[in-house]
Amino acid sequence: MENPKIIEASEVVVRFSGDSGDGMQLAGTIFSTVAAILGNEISTFPDYPAEMRAPRGSLGGVSSFQVHVGKKVYTPGDQCDVLVAMNPAALKQNVKFLKKGGVLIYDEDTFIQSELAKAKFATLDPFTEMGIADKYQFVGVPVSESTKASLADTGMDAKSVARCRNIFALGFVFWLFNRPLEKAEEFLTSKFAKKPEILQANLKVITDGFNYGANTHASVSTYRVESRQAEPGIYCDVKGNAATAYGLVAAAEKAGTRLFLGSYPITPATDILHELSKLKFLGVTTVQAEDEISGICTALGAAFGGALAATSTSGPGIALKSEAIGLAVMAELPLVVIDVMRGGPSTGLPTKTEQTDLMQCIYGRNGESPCVVMAASSPVDCFYAAYNASKIALEHNTPVILLTDAFLGNGSSSLRIPDPENLPDIKAAIATPDMAGSYEPYARDPETFVRLKAIPGTEGLMHRLGGLEKDEHGAISTNPEVHQKMVRNRQAKIDYIANVISELEVMGDADADTLVIGWGGTCGHISAAVENLRAQGMKLAQAHFEYIVPLPKNTAEVLRKYKNILCCELNNGQFAAYLRSKVEGISVKEFTEVKGQPFQIRDIEEAIVKVVKG
Amino acid sequence: MTQYTQADFKSDQPLKFCAGCGDHAVAASMQRAMAELGIAPSQTAVISGIGCSSRMPYYMNTYGMHTIHGRGLAIATGLKVARPDLTVWNVTGDGDCLAIGGNHFIHAMRRNIDLNIILFNNKIYGLTKGQYSPTSDRGLVTKSSPWGTVEDPFCPAELCIGARGTFFARAIDGDIKNSIAAMKAAVSHKGASVVEMLCNCVIFADGIHKLVTDPAVRADKTILLEDGKPMIYGKNRDKGLVLDGWNIKSVTIGENGVTEKDLLVHDAKMVDPTFHLKLAMMGYSPYGYAGATDELPIALGVIRDVEGISYDEAVAGQIEEVKGKKKARTLRELLLSGDTWEVK
Repeated sequence: MENPKIIEASEVVVRFSGDSGDGMQLAGTIFSTVAAILGNEISTFPDYPAEMRAPRGSLGGVSSFQVHVGKKVYTPGDQCDVLVAMNPAALKQNVKFLKKGGVLIYDEDTFIQSELAKAKFATLDPFTEMGIADKYQFVGVPVSESTKASLADTGMDAKSVARCRNIFALGFVFWLFNRPLEKAEEFLTSKFAKKPEILQANLKVITDGFNYGANTHASVSTYRVESRQAEPGIYCDVKGNAATAYGLVAAAEKAGTRLFLGSYPITPATDILHELSKLKFLGVTTVQAEDEISGICTALGAAFGGALAATSTSGPGIALKSEAIGLAVMAELPLVVIDVMRGGPSTGLPTKTEQTDLMQCIYGRNGESPCVVMAASSPVDCFYAAYNASKIALEHNTPVILLTDAFLGNGSSSLRIPDPENLPDIKAAIATPDMAGSYEPYARDPETFVRLKAIPGTEGLMHRLGGLEKDEHGAISTNPEVHQKMVRNRQAKIDYIANVISELEVMGDADADTLVIGWGGTCGHISAAVENLRAQGMKLAQAHFEYIVPLPKNTAEVLRKYKNILCCELNNGQFAAYLRSKVEGISVKEFTEVKGQPFQIRDIEEAIVKVVKG
Repeated sequence: MTQYTQADFKSDQPLKFCAGCGDHAVAASMQRAMAELGIAPSQTAVISGIGCSSRMPYYMNTYGMHTIHGRGLAIATGLKVARPDLTVWNVTGDGDCLAIGGNHFIHAMRRNIDLNIILFNNKIYGLTKGQYSPTSDRGLVTKSSPWGTVEDPFCPAELCIGARGTFFARAIDGDIKNSIAAMKAAVSHKGASVVEMLCNCVIFADGIHKLVTDPAVRADKTILLEDGKPMIYGKNRDKGLVLDGWNIKSVTIGENGVTEKDLLVHDAKMVDPTFHLKLAMMGYSPYGYAGATDELPIALGVIRDVEGISYDEAVAGQIEEVKGKKKARTLRELLLSGDTWEVK
């Protein structure tokens, strides 16, 4: 059947929304994975309800999954081109994300009085009631009834049939985007390999959903999304938290050490614990500790024992771990501390994203307590950031705090499966058995200030570490000069790391006098905004920080070149304040938001325009 | 087996405990127990928290870490899980272990991680110069309780057994022989072992245990429990313990027709903790030592020593077990075996 109108698009955003039990995430994942297989870049982001089990059909129970596919994709997208709403509540909660003129696909079988009432609609015409009747292309699809009809002969019970509604809707979306069904069928076949009945049902409804679109000539635009030329290789779809876990595993493999994770469940970081616990067959050790403190302390004990040790948490957990991070600083043991940031303060907004833990991680300890602080910039970058954090920890015997956030941790993009051969070497700074008799725990390399760690079990290297200040031989000391020297040594060790990390890279126009900067998970949004404005002829430069402590060596040199510096971050200006304290003579303007949500690209564009136009 | 002496386990650091502090004796007992066990200093690690006793790692010529308040057990847990081959000791005190570190203590018991926990109980905060601790008897007058405490103490044995501990022993600081025996039994035990040392702080709580440790009363106020042996005690070795209904009763051999055969025989291996708890609580009232109000002696020696699955072994065992269930041996193999696509 010929498609009526095909829109060639370089990118498209689709938002699947329904009840928590409607399988929106599965539908979205299949859509994004197939797009990736076809050569699109992808970025996805789930939006879960805050309530654990809100009643079906209620506004509190709506769950969404946004997918951005196209030629060059930085973020899951601000607004969507297509919204799929499986019930009235999903419509009410999500219509604000749909672009004007966009396509609204809804299950018309659920737009009945009882369901409308659950979503607190007063009338039977929700579109007029919301004042959106002339804003969108409305495509009512009888998803529920069609799914029932499609599976009528299977003998499946009503509940199981209802569970297939998402895949019927997905079939329709596949038609809308000219996507080949075979790839989705392959995905379903592998997903439901052990449940043949469910597999058959899903294969049937996805085809019927697709055919429904083709046969009814549904009078809407259909899309054809451009592919990009990606770097050749084998790819998989990963979420940021899984990528973080994989980065740790890759580092342990490269360093030839055991990987140990001590962790306590906390939203939105728990998936790191889940992922690594699954990987025990690769020799990974995980301990679900009795509390956050024990999470980091077990990791520190494992680090003392010679493991690559990590602990994963979110902001409240960092607060509890602070004292033990201080011990890791003092004992100079390698430790990776992962903070998947969420909305704060206190319990705050546990499922939402923010960058508000920066100062806590840089300074939030007693005493002069420097450690490395770095941040991942995309879900895939979580892999490389975790790898590099491990490398620095092991090679410099220091704790490293890696900041990611709820947006990165739950979002996904495609990872080119790395070949370990191509990953940088990791050589842990360890004392060797031939040093027996001469080993001193706090003797340092004169250039890097790194002390060598002796691993328990090694004959002749017995020594004692601890939180008390010590002299270079490892004996407790309260001598003022010794303390001054050790404070300087610990700082010098962290400062030296600026020599081994990559320099700050400046992208964009060489002759720009405005530099847009950010750090961590806002990279995609800032990049998209800068590119959009440059495409309109504005001269802009952009730099994104992966390393915060220490800052890249060329930071001052780069920043001093620009008349305007705009720092975009999801807090009250913490990084901007930090930069001002570290680089004299610069003026940093701020664009900040603390809403628990990622930036909207257009908002960053507006802020940049304002700065450029003065 | 290599022969070691106490000197092999002494570090070059001089002990800095107060003159007359019970910790001097316990340090010696630990070093001698280590030597007698024959485990190399390089295979031994001593981890502590904060407090007077937690200085101990500095005095041991082993691997060691003096950590942060209350967290020694959590750090020792991580070390033991990562390195089950090492013999790991934890040195802790009544404040470190039962106040700030209470959560780690009960979970170490529950998990049954193979650590040898030497709990120095002097019923006082010494390093901070004399505040009451969670084991101080109700009413104790200290700097932070000038009018006496208004709270009941923990009995460490009750907490240990209540948290499903598999090993509990008790010894008096100056009793080197029985301290060494208890420590060696703790190391031999696979799982979490607690040795409560009744320690005297000469400065802030001198004589705190004297109701039971004073040489004049010790023989009548304590009983050394030995597995498989009848429960006999007393200056004249003429007192014994029998069961009277639900309760333990002290009797005198030769009086009312009581003979040694009538006495209870200690069974440290009994899985049911009920009777071990009764033994461990002898001589204790809810407010602390029962002292003169209870005719029963305080139990010393190994009270409980039952087998269980140790956590570190279970963790290592599970890793080996699941290795057999999956083909992938590296991260790359794993990712390639999942949902992938190729860009050419």
